[in-house]
Amino acid sequence: MNNEALKERILGLVPDAEYQENKQFLTFIIPPAKMHDLALRLKNEADLAFDYLFCLTAVDMVKFLEVVYHLESTTHRHQVVLKVRTEDRVNGAVDTVCDIWRTAEFHEREAFDLMGIRFNNHPDLRRIFLEEGWVGHPLRKDYVDEVNIVEF
Amino acid sequence: MNFSIYDFTSFTQWIDKVLYDNLPAFWAIAVEMTIIGVAILLFYALIGLFLVYAERKVCAFMQNRVGPNRVGPFGFFQTIADLFKLLMKELVYIKNADKLLFNIAPFIVIIASFMAIAAIPFAKGLHAIDFDIGILYVIAVSSLGVVGILLAGWSSNNKYSLIGAMRSGAQIVSYELSVGLSLVTIIILAGTMQFSAIVEGQANGWFIFKGHIPAFIAFIVFLIASTAETNRGPFDLAEAESELTAGFHTEYSGIKFAFFFLAEYMNMFIVASIAATVFLGGWMPFHVGGWEGFNHIMDFIPPFVWYIGKTFFIIWIMMWFKWTFPRLRIDQLLTLEWKYLLPINLVNILIMAFIVLMGWHF
Amino acid sequence: MKEIINLPVKNVEEEEYHINMGPQHPSTHGVLRLVVSLKGEIVKSLKPHCGYIHRGIEKMCEKDTYPQIIHLTDRMDYLSAHINNHAVCMLVEKALEVEVPERVKYIRTIVDELNRIASHQLWWCSFGMDMGGLTCFFYGLRDREKILDIFEESFGSRLLHSYYTPGGLMMDIHPNFQKNVKAFIKYFRKKIKDYDELLTGNIIMQLRTRGIGVLSKEDAISYGITGPSARASGFACDVRKHDPYGVYDKVDFKEILGTTGDTLERYMMRMHEMHESMKIIEQLIDNIPEGDYAAKMKAVIKLPAGEYFQRVEAARGELGVYVVSDGNKSPYRMKFRSPNFSNLSVLDHLSRGCKIADLIAIGASLDYVIPDIDR
Repeated sequence: MNNEALKERILGLVPDAEYQENKQFLTFIIPPAKMHDLALRLKNEADLAFDYLFCLTAVDMVKFLEVVYHLESTTHRHQVVLKVRTEDRVNGAVDTVCDIWRTAEFHEREAFDLMGIRFNNHPDLRRIFLEEGWVGHPLRKDYVDEVNIVEF
Repeated sequence: MNFSIYDFTSFTQWIDKVLYDNLPAFWAIAVEMTIIGVAILLFYALIGLFLVYAERKVCAFMQNRVGPNRVGPFGFFQTIADLFKLLMKELVYIKNADKLLFNIAPFIVIIASFMAIAAIPFAKGLHAIDFDIGILYVIAVSSLGVVGILLAGWSSNNKYSLIGAMRSGAQIVSYELSVGLSLVTIIILAGTMQFSAIVEGQANGWFIFKGHIPAFIAFIVFLIASTAETNRGPFDLAEAESELTAGFHTEYSGIKFAFFFLAEYMNMFIVASIAATVFLGGWMPFHVGGWEGFNHIMDFIPPFVWYIGKTFFIIWIMMWFKWTFPRLRIDQLLTLEWKYLLPINLVNILIMAFIVLMGWHF
Repeated sequence: MKEIINLPVKNVEEEEYHINMGPQHPSTHGVLRLVVSLKGEIVKSLKPHCGYIHRGIEKMCEKDTYPQIIHLTDRMDYLSAHINNHAVCMLVEKALEVEVPERVKYIRTIVDELNRIASHQLWWCSFGMDMGGLTCFFYGLRDREKILDIFEESFGSRLLHSYYTPGGLMMDIHPNFQKNVKAFIKYFRKKIKDYDELLTGNIIMQLRTRGIGVLSKEDAISYGITGPSARASGFACDVRKHDPYGVYDKVDFKEILGTTGDTLERYMMRMHEMHESMKIIEQLIDNIPEGDYAAKMKAVIKLPAGEYFQRVEAARGELGVYVVSDGNKSPYRMKFRSPNFSNLSVLDHLSRGCKIADLIAIGASLDYVIPDIDR
């Protein structure tokens, strides 16, 4: 499916998805409540078949936290990028997709550890790199560590 | 006294006579035992040191390396330097370890190999004790070592050690059967369990040739099973470096570790000696029927050299195994014993008994 | 003694115990800790604990310029350092729409493949060692040394090269490069037969790996496994084929796919890949075009605001670099999707019900590099 058709298809599934201009990938901003449902359909519908989540990451945009999903279909070889935003920096939570793509389990733990985004229904949401008692989430823009981070 | 390197009988009998003539019987025996003990201890230490060096050189040879080459000529004194290092190392005690068993274990292992070495004939007449059930004794004593390994694993209070010890227990108990039964095959052929008689029986041909194919099969089975018995690669599951870090001796350090280390090499030496004695004629020279000139040349080589040569040949084969094969898994190890070696052995004994009954052997 | 007696043992037969494999363990290949639940020798479940050498590379990137970031990527998967560099360089070039000279593309492809062979050689060493065959280690390292010598001559370093820069290369290749690479290919074609004789054909090795740790194609895709480990399960994931970069679209090579997905197949994939890499190098080494070794770049590299993603096929799988730029000279957010991190997640799934020895074999066949997991 080419990008135009794919855009129509996804906007048909989630009408309130916001299309974002990007040279490389087809990018959509999805309302958090609809993400899990959309993910299920993206994976299971035969003409979409996005079975390979090749990157899951989180970005701190200061105004909001953003989870970015890079998806690819191994049968059709088309790709799409989905973004989910949450403005709550303390309890911000997004539905997990690790029941759909197993690889998300580790990547979500990483996003939780370094960016502090919670994932609802995640089976084992613990810090993955840092120790249990670590204060703060280092990849956030407002993270301060006066000892280890040297400002030039 | 006429002393000859071809026959130690007169020499040992002379010592015996001198002692009994000059001392009361009790003290004569005591002195005799002390002499033998010291001699064996020295021999043990020397062979142990040499085997460690040999293994390092053989393994270097297999791995495109030079091996030890700094301490002494060709690194010959490397193991002595290592020995001093081990002697001086701190003995680490483990919290919550069972102190008594933890300390006893290395001694049990090393005593077992000590006892086994007593019955082995090194040359004609050079023999600490010549039991009429020598083979049975050696098999019985050499399997005592596993008790030490089990205790070491149990008392270390370390799960890696425990897994290693359990593996070792399962392994040695299983392979003990094959070692015993492959020797029984030759006992049938030889008609005796006495080492000296077995060696004498091979004066006109080694048992591996005399016993046709069954003896050869028994030899191969013995080689495999005895490698497993000594916990050496590819059967080194008890210490399995990449799985259990060091297995049963994970928690040992210094001289206690050295005991385990030494015992492993001595066990290798003992099983190689038994293989050499039972299958390859012990200290008997290599003779070919009818070639008188050739046989005479062979006779000039002293028996002790023959014995050492054969033993080291087998040790070399065992080292070759270790440095070329990957390790087996525990279930494959037990499958190999119970499903392959044991049935082959039992059938082999029957065939051998049949051959002996019919008198088809040489 | 009292504590031991009072342990709440419900049923002795059902009791499981845990062992910590790592952080210091011979076969975790670094500081990875696996908490393994065992029942006897059988692995019931396994929890990886990573982060022992988490250096915060992504955080450091946010303070660094793009040429500086290249030096950090070396330290992730240090066994395919060139390939990691390649990912960042291509990302910058793509964002700035710089066309690199053909010569650069050829050299990068050749060096990438050499790096892949070197990496697989080291994997073979450690695989053999994990299986208990210590001799493998020396055979593999002996041959890897030849590649490192070539690297040292041309790039001045043996492990962490940082040879690629945005727009080209740090310097031109050494005049001996082509000659030495050809000599190496000739040498290694002979020596790789040793590998097969020593380990591949060994009955113990075959028995220990066949049918162990079977990964289905669906699971491989779902867990995001990439590289030779995924291709063993039949998942066609070679970025060099599907999203060609460098001059991979001009060379003839096969993406070898396995069928069974067991440990032996993963092993075979890497052995085949070494042959394929040699084929690629042979096709390119005589045809390196003349020209500049770097494109003209601005002194300060600033990516236009936006998002960029670049994928490359590293030795262990797909490396993705994701950059969010706000137009400054350092990225706003940089994410490395490292192959080993995803590959690690499948270890629990594969090793359940296996024995300890199988766990080691499976781990070795997935070929971890811990700094790449922790980043």
